[in-house]
Amino acid sequence: MIKKRLGLLAYILFVLLPIYWLIIMSFKTNEEILGSLTLWPANFTFDNYITIFTDPSWYMGYVNSITYVALNMVITLLVALPAAYAFSRYKFIGDKHLFFWLLSNRMAPPAVFLLPFFQLYSSVGLFDTHLAVALAHCLFSIPLAVWILEGFMSGVPKEIDETAYIDGYSFGHFFIKIFIPMIRSGIGVTAFFSFMFSWVELLLARTLTSVDAKPISAIMTRTVSASGIDWGLLAAAGVLTIIPGVLVIWFVRNHVAKGFALGRV
Amino acid sequence: MASIELRNLSHSYDGLTNAIESLNHLWPQGGAYALLGPSGCGKSTLLNIISGLVSPSEGQVLFEDNVVNGDSPQQRNIAQVFQFPVVYDAMTVRENLAFPLKNMKLDKHHIQQKVMEIAELLDLQSSLDKKAKSLTADEKQKISMGRGLVREDVSAILFDEPLTVIDPHLKWKLRRKLKEIHEKLNVTMIYVTHDQLEAATFADEIAVMYQGKIVQFGTPQSLFEQPNHTFVGYFIGSPGMNFVQVNKNQNEVVANDLAFNLSTTQKNALAASDTSNIKLGIRPEFIKLANQATANSYPVDILSVESFGAFKIVEVRFADETWFVRVGEFDQFDATPHYMTFEPTRLKLYLDDYLAGEETDFE
Amino acid sequence: MNKVQNNKAWWLILPMFALVAFSAIIPLMTVVNYSVQDIFDQNTAYFVGVEWYQEVLRNERLHDSLLRQFIFSFSILAIEIPLGILVALMMPKTAGWKTSLTLILLALPLLIPWNVVGTIWQVFARGDIGLFGWAMNALGFEYNYTANAIDAWLTVVLMDVWHWTPLVALLCYSGLRAIPDAYYQAAKIDRASRWAVFRYIQFPRLKAVLIIAVLLRFMDSFMIYTEPFVLTGGGPGNATTFLSQTLTQMAIGQFDLGPAAAFSLIYFLIVLLVSWLFFTSLSLTDKDQLKQGSASS
Repeated sequence: MIKKRLGLLAYILFVLLPIYWLIIMSFKTNEEILGSLTLWPANFTFDNYITIFTDPSWYMGYVNSITYVALNMVITLLVALPAAYAFSRYKFIGDKHLFFWLLSNRMAPPAVFLLPFFQLYSSVGLFDTHLAVALAHCLFSIPLAVWILEGFMSGVPKEIDETAYIDGYSFGHFFIKIFIPMIRSGIGVTAFFSFMFSWVELLLARTLTSVDAKPISAIMTRTVSASGIDWGLLAAAGVLTIIPGVLVIWFVRNHVAKGFALGRV
Repeated sequence: MASIELRNLSHSYDGLTNAIESLNHLWPQGGAYALLGPSGCGKSTLLNIISGLVSPSEGQVLFEDNVVNGDSPQQRNIAQVFQFPVVYDAMTVRENLAFPLKNMKLDKHHIQQKVMEIAELLDLQSSLDKKAKSLTADEKQKISMGRGLVREDVSAILFDEPLTVIDPHLKWKLRRKLKEIHEKLNVTMIYVTHDQLEAATFADEIAVMYQGKIVQFGTPQSLFEQPNHTFVGYFIGSPGMNFVQVNKNQNEVVANDLAFNLSTTQKNALAASDTSNIKLGIRPEFIKLANQATANSYPVDILSVESFGAFKIVEVRFADETWFVRVGEFDQFDATPHYMTFEPTRLKLYLDDYLAGEETDFE
Repeated sequence: MNKVQNNKAWWLILPMFALVAFSAIIPLMTVVNYSVQDIFDQNTAYFVGVEWYQEVLRNERLHDSLLRQFIFSFSILAIEIPLGILVALMMPKTAGWKTSLTLILLALPLLIPWNVVGTIWQVFARGDIGLFGWAMNALGFEYNYTANAIDAWLTVVLMDVWHWTPLVALLCYSGLRAIPDAYYQAAKIDRASRWAVFRYIQFPRLKAVLIIAVLLRFMDSFMIYTEPFVLTGGGPGNATTFLSQTLTQMAIGQFDLGPAAAFSLIYFLIVLLVSWLFFTSLSLTDKDQLKQGSASS
């Protein structure tokens, strides 16, 4: 028992140390960072954060990121919910192939599609909009969402549907009033995964934006200049990108165990 | 093989309410016992405490007069069969049965022989080399049982409602098989169930559990005739015992202006107690109905009559209580007032829900 | 569950299908188009057939990065899968704030943008300003991931282990949580050793989630781009240049669209093939468990 605890503690330390290092670095001045190795900031400073919060070109990056992530989550859920219901309840022509085709999109290396994506979204006038990034991310988040939701929906007995129809519910009414509340945790988990994917992705987000919808992760490269890297500022920007993730996982913490099994255990 | 004794045992899962409450009990070596009670009365907890899967908050567990509280299930040498079949999916039936013996590092030849013996006993020979996960629920449960029975020299075998998932016709067969095995092995067996019929057909003696306590331990017959607690009266029998709440009035008890005749010992017990929780109880089987009043008869209103083939159950209204009376299959009743009579010795007195004032009771 | 045959279900699929098809099929067709043409500028292109395919199959640079890619993917699988199982086994079984906290801390690396993951390790592993690099040097190792290829490899692998082991651990943890307590109790009664409990109870039940874990980790590690790009930039030399980076260099850096597209398709097919193998074995396991489920209920 004690050996287990120690092992787990050691692993958590391994997870936290690099993050800790980033956090304390964000409170240091560049002189201190480059001067000597300190485990705790000698001159505790908020300057790096003040820079970010007072400069629109910095903080708009966060706004942009959060906008397309939220947009992606909403679109994903809206189209994945009915699709997953169809997969979980009905057999239809091409269902198996369709399912595999969906998953195969999850397997497409984003690097392969960078240029075609750029051309496609430019040609329909979506380049440098939040919607473009959200739609591009949908290609990867929808397959996973359908897969997860299908797992959760298969766990709901079909008799529930039939009873509702006998009781005179229309499909739409039943779906929204009865079915969706029953798979709440599945929806939470799906939203979590959509968030996770969209929030952490950089390659597509950077390629499809230039100014108006530029994500924070792309703005971070600005810290590299002719005079070297502004480490403190980079660290502070990094720390701020971790916070939304922590908030989101806090909300789904009670569903994590079931969620990570994608509703399949 | 061992006798099992519990001393002053209490257990609480949350530190607030007790699942087991200051329990004292002795199961002599070699008997077939049932632990009977409704769900949630603490019987599974008690079983797990005996086997060592749960360690009690207070009190002692003794095997043959040795305290085993600190011992693991291995050291206690206990076999236990659970409510739902637990089979090792990845193994064949044969490997499943051999598993406990293999873990004991017994001789291969000997294991083989033991496994065949048990397989034969449980009719599993034909599926010995099948993967366990391909079997039906009752075959799986047979394997679970087999793993408990295959070990030799166990202190005791514990069964936690083992037949829940089994088909009714197989239930009967398996129960008889267990009984046979018991006779052959002479090992202490404790069988947890909420079904009185199952308990009565399996066990020589039944312990009835209620709210974390064993309220009575005795033969099925004594549970029926002398329920030690109102719960036993109510839980055993179909339908259960009839009760009426009564008030003390000098030397007798009354309910709705009707006085009841008590025996001398019952009167003494009543006089010695100052509780106001006084109940009288009588089994439906011991009441007779007539349409004429006689000495010591009580008027009742007949509410309904339901036929069960070999007998009928009459629902009657008596002293603001609904009582049941069991009568012969050919007895006829109309809605006119009736009168009931019974042997005075069949009327039981309960003070604070415990039986009092019986002839053999010297308190 | 028995499903009903009903082709009207397509109406429910349609919005999703339209959306995914828009983002998937058109770009894919564009790539196919590139791969059979020689493109000089926006208006001048010649059809060249399978020439680019022949060329990339002979291209040493691509072969090298493909080889590196396979070595990388297999080494991180070899570390992350066992380590993830181990971490899951060490997790507390009961629910409570300690368990919730552990889960949140574990999941943390998964929610950090990939370039920030690169940044974290870039900083953390540096000899001058990073704790890890400094500690390695202090312990007497000649460690410098920007100059030494082996060090760079170690750092990239370590970073990936840090980043993705939690996914494996969480998947396994949820698999373990689904095992009823009675199994552990029965094992205790049957005197099973710790190893036997793992071998006969825990591992068989983990199979389904492990296949998902291997599938996800293989796919994602095979497409890795951002993290090593930020950390090492592919260097020193080409030591940590993986497939995606090579392709991006070819397509955007050198504008060799034809060969890049041709290789992209080959790349895609490799991922698809390996994933399909996993997927098939996954659905087989799924079916097995279904059978089991219906038999025991």
